Amino acid sequence: MDNVGKKRFSPGAWISANKVTALFIVLCVGAFFASKQSMAFLLGELFTRIGRNTFLVLSLIIPVVCGLGLNFGIVIGAMAAQIGVFAISVFEMSGFGSMVVCLLVATPLAVLFGYGTGKLFNNMKGSEMIGGMVLRYCADGFYQLLFLFIFGGVIKIDNIRLMIAGTSGVKNTIDLIDSIKYVVDELPLLNVLLVVLVGTALWQVVVLAGALRGKQQALVRKTLVNLVGCGAIFACTYIPYLEKMLITTKWSLLDAVEVIVYVGSAALVVAELYGKALLERAFELKKLGARIAGLVVVYLLTYIPSVEKLLRSVKVPVFTFCLIALLCVFNQAIFKTRLGQNMRTVGQSMAVASSSGINVDRTRIIAIILSTVLACWGQLISLQNIGTLQTYGAHDTVGQFAIAALLVGGASVHRANNRQALLGVVLFHTLFILSPSAGKELFGNAAIGEYFRVFIAYGVIALSLAMHAWKGKSAPKIRLTTPPATPGEGTPSEGNGAVPEPA
Amino acid sequence: MSDGLIKRIGWPRIIISAVLVMLILTAMLTGMDWVSLINDMVRRWGQYGILVLAMVPGIQCGIGLNFGVSLGIVGGLLGGLISMELTGQYGLWMSMTPAGRAWMMLLTALVAGIAISTLIGIGYGFLLNNVKGSEMTVSTYVGFSAIAFMNIMWLILPFKNGEIMLPLGGSGLRQTITLEFSFGSVLNNFLMLKIPLAGKVLTIPTGLLLFFFLVCFIVWLFFRSKPGMTMTAAGSNGAFARANGINVNKTRILGTTISTILGGVGIITYAQSYGFLQLYNAPMMMGFTCVASVLIGGATIRRAGVSNVVAGTLMFQGLLALGLPVANNIIPVSSLSEVSRLIISNGIILYALSKSGGRSRG
Repeated sequence: MDNVGKKRFSPGAWISANKVTALFIVLCVGAFFASKQSMAFLLGELFTRIGRNTFLVLSLIIPVVCGLGLNFGIVIGAMAAQIGVFAISVFEMSGFGSMVVCLLVATPLAVLFGYGTGKLFNNMKGSEMIGGMVLRYCADGFYQLLFLFIFGGVIKIDNIRLMIAGTSGVKNTIDLIDSIKYVVDELPLLNVLLVVLVGTALWQVVVLAGALRGKQQALVRKTLVNLVGCGAIFACTYIPYLEKMLITTKWSLLDAVEVIVYVGSAALVVAELYGKALLERAFELKKLGARIAGLVVVYLLTYIPSVEKLLRSVKVPVFTFCLIALLCVFNQAIFKTRLGQNMRTVGQSMAVASSSGINVDRTRIIAIILSTVLACWGQLISLQNIGTLQTYGAHDTVGQFAIAALLVGGASVHRANNRQALLGVVLFHTLFILSPSAGKELFGNAAIGEYFRVFIAYGVIALSLAMHAWKGKSAPKIRLTTPPATPGEGTPSEGNGAVPEPA
Repeated sequence: MSDGLIKRIGWPRIIISAVLVMLILTAMLTGMDWVSLINDMVRRWGQYGILVLAMVPGIQCGIGLNFGVSLGIVGGLLGGLISMELTGQYGLWMSMTPAGRAWMMLLTALVAGIAISTLIGIGYGFLLNNVKGSEMTVSTYVGFSAIAFMNIMWLILPFKNGEIMLPLGGSGLRQTITLEFSFGSVLNNFLMLKIPLAGKVLTIPTGLLLFFFLVCFIVWLFFRSKPGMTMTAAGSNGAFARANGINVNKTRILGTTISTILGGVGIITYAQSYGFLQLYNAPMMMGFTCVASVLIGGATIRRAGVSNVVAGTLMFQGLLALGLPVANNIIPVSSLSEVSRLIISNGIILYALSKSGGRSRG
């Protein structure tokens, strides 16, 4: 995976292909030195924000690949999440169960909203992004209508903790300390692992029964190995070190590095053996050795005292980060499925997709629904970490900042992947954390830094959109045999990905 | 009424007009101060008119709905600030009578605003020529960024006049700057008519409306001149225009610049009527309001005329000025104004975008 079989990395080429990212790296480094903040402060803040925001940023990727551009409509998913949070606050639920209820309320809403958004976007192909921006404000109007006039006005709610006394409407802030605060962050990994193991084991037993009845030798062997694997992992949870780590919900970065090194190298070896035993792959000792050596080097680095101190000081919520990792895997996996392939095709050319029998409209709607639902979950993750719901403001900057972060990572209107999302979150939030203090140090005015970071959030989107359209214009034009479908347009709009449909 | 006429006016406008008449009747019957509601509506009509007019050259020259009118607004705000700085700090026009000074300050603001907007507009037009096909998406975010960028500028620009700077202890310009002692309401008060009506006074800000109609007339005239007709041709069918030897890029820059200038003039007119210059994030969403107004007046993404502006602004502002107090009077809940403004204006824009069926300029 690393460095093997890849093209030689050339910094010059990378910079010219990722100007925005390069600029941000420079800005971040500059802001770090200008702000005179400590690395520990930066890392602590940064990892909190990574936990809060990465899921939301990752929810943008599917629509980009499907050719819908940057989905400004994810704000609507966030609104669905907030309706769910309000629901559990009304019924005063608490604990992990309340999060489950929250999901059960918010997810169907998000599916519904996503469906509506998708339908609308299909009516404005080529203008999805401007449509999304406008839709976001329109939806905000309906959201306020709901929370200011319908809750408490039409639907009577007697809960003085939530409602503004004397008039209709929900209070500006809702405290989540008693309901969902930290329920995801503080979910012990051990519980999740046990549920997953039991589930997998049961499923494998069912498969095994079927295989035995059908006398499928290979399948029997495979399921047996899987079952043994489940058992082995279960046994591993009794290793004191692992047990301790799995019960701890907040790891320091040092713990995280250690676990990754230990479990990673063990997993590499096991995977190699598994490959040998079942898939009859040859041993690739050299590759295995190189990877384990890499891990060991990382491990040794943690013995540098300053690094060790730094890594010890930053704590991360384990389960939240696992969820983010899972979403990364999902974003990869979905494009290997038939649906994902269809999305790719639609993203490249709607005309080609539709002539090869893909239901373009349906595929686009599914992409938007997925994105909206993921954004809804992302907002739940973010809210449970923040611990209070700003009823009318929590969703305000969700789309804005997520899109800016994705673009900072080097994504464009047409191309986005997990790596860009992760890099973008790190860079964007680093600058976001540092700019007030950098502004204070440089100009003697923290407000300048505050305004600067807001400007950055808008500016990077404007810049990326403009650069994308600019590139689209200078790229060689692919003309279909028919003239552009838009009679009024001087130049066909390949720029925004809308291939003129055959007349 | 013939079918042709109905079709020309369009059902939405007939319905909205009927709603407006009904709102006035309801206000009369429920004993509200309907005269002041009408005053409010007329004042808002002139106040927003020129900002909405800025949409016309944009649409006609082919860049679509100019969400980036905030660039012109920034130019106009700078014009107003420069005028106040010149008078307050350098004593320009100080030898004149207060009334005369107010007029000269307004004129200075307009001249400075137009000069700055022209420069911005040319650059903006050049940018939009390079992003053909994505003008609206780009212009929305360029507009947002411009406002965000000016937030920094408002803090560090070297103005000195105490009237516009934050008082001691703060640095930078004020959030809202009162125009009471400079050029506030000079247009509104010019030839103002006060007509006693039903025990109240109906005030017509004649000067404001005259100025609005004058600018409308100039724009109307422009689109009947050769450059204007060329622009319309280039905007509606670029390929055809090019075949006839029209430089499409040039007409687009011209249209964008005129739109930006009108944005600048519009915000100065708006501010003098409102009585305050609003800096920082206040003008952020103004482009959306302007777009919604011109669309409600019957414009589409590819065609707009002065009549759409005059009708659309009256209807949109009428709905806001009349609808909300009347609704509040019937259903006494806390103010619905912001909420309904959000839903109505963005709903209209979405409707227009979806009508374009993907043939628009994202």
